[in-house]
Amino acid sequence: MLDPGPAAPRTTQPLLQTVGLTKRYGDFLANDKIDIEIFPREIHALLGENGAGKSTLVKTIYGLVQPSAGELRWQGAPVKLSGPSEARSLGIGMVFQHFSLFDNLTVAENVALGLDGKEPFKAMSARLAKVAQDYGLPLDPNREVWQLSVGERQRIEIVRALMQNPKFLILDEPTAVLTPQEADQLFVVLERLKAEGRAILYISHKLDEVKRLCDTATILRGGKKISTCNPKLETAASLARMMVGTEIKEVKPPAERRTTVPRLVVNDLTVAPAELHGVRLQNVSFELKGGEILGIAGVAGNGQDELFAALSGERLVKEPGTIIIDGLACGNLSITQRRKMGAAFVPEERLGHGTAPRMRLSENALLTGHAASDMVRHGFINAAATLRTVDRTTETFDVRKAKRDPEAASLSGGNLQKFVVGREILRTPAVLVVNQPTWGVDAGAAAIIRQALIDLASAGAAVLVTSQDLDELIEIADRIAVMFHGHLSEALPRAEATREKLGLLMGGASLDQKEAAHAAGA
Amino acid sequence: MQLVLEKRAERSRTIALISPLIAIGLTLVTMSVLFAVLGKNPITALGVYFIAPLTDSYSLQEIAVKATPLVMIAIGLSLCYLANAWNIGAEGQFLIGAVAGSWIAVKTQGTEAGHWVLPAMLVAGAVAGALYALIPALCRVKFGASEILTSLMLVYVADLILDYLVRGPWRDPAGFNFPTTAEFDPVATVPVLIEGGRLHLGSIIALVVVACAFVLLDRTIKGFEIRVVGVAPRAARFGGFNSNQLVLLTFAVSGALAGLAGIIEVAGPIGHLQPGISPGYGFTAIIVAFLGRLNPVGILIAGLFLALTFIGGEQAQITMKIPLDVTKVFQGILLFYVLACDSLILYRFKLVFASRQVQSGAG
Repeated sequence: MLDPGPAAPRTTQPLLQTVGLTKRYGDFLANDKIDIEIFPREIHALLGENGAGKSTLVKTIYGLVQPSAGELRWQGAPVKLSGPSEARSLGIGMVFQHFSLFDNLTVAENVALGLDGKEPFKAMSARLAKVAQDYGLPLDPNREVWQLSVGERQRIEIVRALMQNPKFLILDEPTAVLTPQEADQLFVVLERLKAEGRAILYISHKLDEVKRLCDTATILRGGKKISTCNPKLETAASLARMMVGTEIKEVKPPAERRTTVPRLVVNDLTVAPAELHGVRLQNVSFELKGGEILGIAGVAGNGQDELFAALSGERLVKEPGTIIIDGLACGNLSITQRRKMGAAFVPEERLGHGTAPRMRLSENALLTGHAASDMVRHGFINAAATLRTVDRTTETFDVRKAKRDPEAASLSGGNLQKFVVGREILRTPAVLVVNQPTWGVDAGAAAIIRQALIDLASAGAAVLVTSQDLDELIEIADRIAVMFHGHLSEALPRAEATREKLGLLMGGASLDQKEAAHAAGA
Repeated sequence: MQLVLEKRAERSRTIALISPLIAIGLTLVTMSVLFAVLGKNPITALGVYFIAPLTDSYSLQEIAVKATPLVMIAIGLSLCYLANAWNIGAEGQFLIGAVAGSWIAVKTQGTEAGHWVLPAMLVAGAVAGALYALIPALCRVKFGASEILTSLMLVYVADLILDYLVRGPWRDPAGFNFPTTAEFDPVATVPVLIEGGRLHLGSIIALVVVACAFVLLDRTIKGFEIRVVGVAPRAARFGGFNSNQLVLLTFAVSGALAGLAGIIEVAGPIGHLQPGISPGYGFTAIIVAFLGRLNPVGILIAGLFLALTFIGGEQAQITMKIPLDVTKVFQGILLFYVLACDSLILYRFKLVFASRQVQSGAG
């Protein structure tokens, strides 16, 4: 927060402007006549839920998508971008949410691949180190990417964009993969870029960040522009209302629950990585009682997927006793056997992992329901029972769909997630392991899912929630532990689990070394 | 104005049914052009190919006889393909099944062996086909070897084994040095259904196989496993299905069906073991499987259709001097169109009239 000063000087002409920008995919309008003006020396937030049209808009600005109608103006003159290289030559840079880096190459090699290659490698490498240094984004050009943390990988992407000296920088959900402390460091860099006269388009759905950082916010909903406002003059609630369109149902805070016996116990679980550069789970131990929700926080790629695979039985471990479900050692039992013991699982990826995209919902109900239900008798499928599950899930979780039994891929993200979570909860599992329950889901669906998890725990089940969304964990979990480099920290009771403490753990510090971590982070 | 291929929200079930018909239509048009280039009247040629065989009882029976191995093999292959296991070597499994079954026929020849001989031959053929198919399947599961290559290469091994046996140890001493075994005994022969006709018990077995496959795929959890593993491997693992086990299972079943088809062909219409017992049934069955949309009932129809091209091709060669190889060209073109028309299930054509790009002043 170097310069909270007056909003960008409106007298200058906008650096970039879209006029009636429209993008149509078939019958679907991803962007509907969007007008947006971005000025130099401005951090402009683009707010909206998943599917609001944010990605389409920035892809159009970056030349990745051709608009169906409307135009793009750069410094007042209309331009047509046939591809990202044209956008870059104008001075538009972009940092994607999903990095495009080669794990086995060094930082410098990765950056070189993104440039035009006219500069000698050595000179480029030196310039890279200098740019990184200047902006306080320390990077060693000679390290291979697989050795770097997610935050460091993002730095590569940012430095790569900065090396082209852009006038206009687009950042797509940059803090989604950062700890709170890393995010603070990023904000300092962004403030500095702004002070240098650059414009920044900042895509996010985190309202607090936007209020703190951005001068202007444009809110999209359902492909349309709802409003452009000064986020500092709005409340988080008013911004949320504009994003969602309706009031979001409050999740009822978990009533005081009585915990019962331990239902999921993990005992010194160590699992070698399944693939090259994968994460090794190191001596993970925790105990989860009935009636309790344990949250696992952490930056993506710190072993959460490996833990899910081991807990679900998608990957077996040799020592049966390292995973105990309802008192039975099951480390070496298959996912089907674990389901029969009353466990249920919801993976992060709903399309392709949690469901077969091109199969009907009834078949996807069978996918996990065949293990422990009346859906299969003597090897034959009871089609009526699978449809009953679809109907019950639809009713209980308000799954919106075009017909009774559509293909999974035809549902929207939020509705499919409600189905995937609902399918498991309706089996009233003893233990539910769920990974990223509301990732990429609209606010309404997220509230329903979180409420369902709380209700399930209140009914006596043990619920393990892994999420990168700290607010979500603080909202629903009784205790929160942090995963870092395959290690799991001690779980903190909710009252003690502040964002600051969790952030330190997510960055790899242990709590008694707080000062040391602060020193290193500065 | 331009033609755009647009993704559908869901698979179109209507198009899934009519896409093979579109493919057949396009094939007929292409063939007409080909006939015209060859200097034949396309209408007459297509009539000889597709209409004439349907007009007499001999040809009709012959179509059923040809369709029998095609359908049986294609049913097995469809299970493999649904499970993403690419068995290209059904021809080899067919030959090995024929050899294994013939072994019993040859060994019991001229003895007092009773009615157990034919059932034993059928079992031997199926088991041998299954075991032979398990070789590439095991190589894939254990070593990650491409089953496409290994199963294909094993076709030539099977071919040479058969060749060696009928030229060497099993050659009929009274056969004037022709590379063939002696005619099988009546107890080692598949009975015909109509006295004096060619239609045999194998056709009934093929129908039973079709019915079983339908029930398996549509009604059982095993069939569901096969389908999920093919379309969404990661979801299948999450469902608790083991794709390696399914590779072994589908290969074994498809090998068994190919082997069974092989011994039925030898013990039925042919009556003895000789080289060239298959005009490429194992390969043509791949076309049958896809033309039939990997669906048992579809495969039955597709098998009859492809059999028709075999019979029609023979008649065209006799009456119009059109080379028999044109039949293979026909089958190749058909497979091409079938695969091409499949895009229409997930996509649709759309004419776009407005220009896609923005027309701006400076542009």
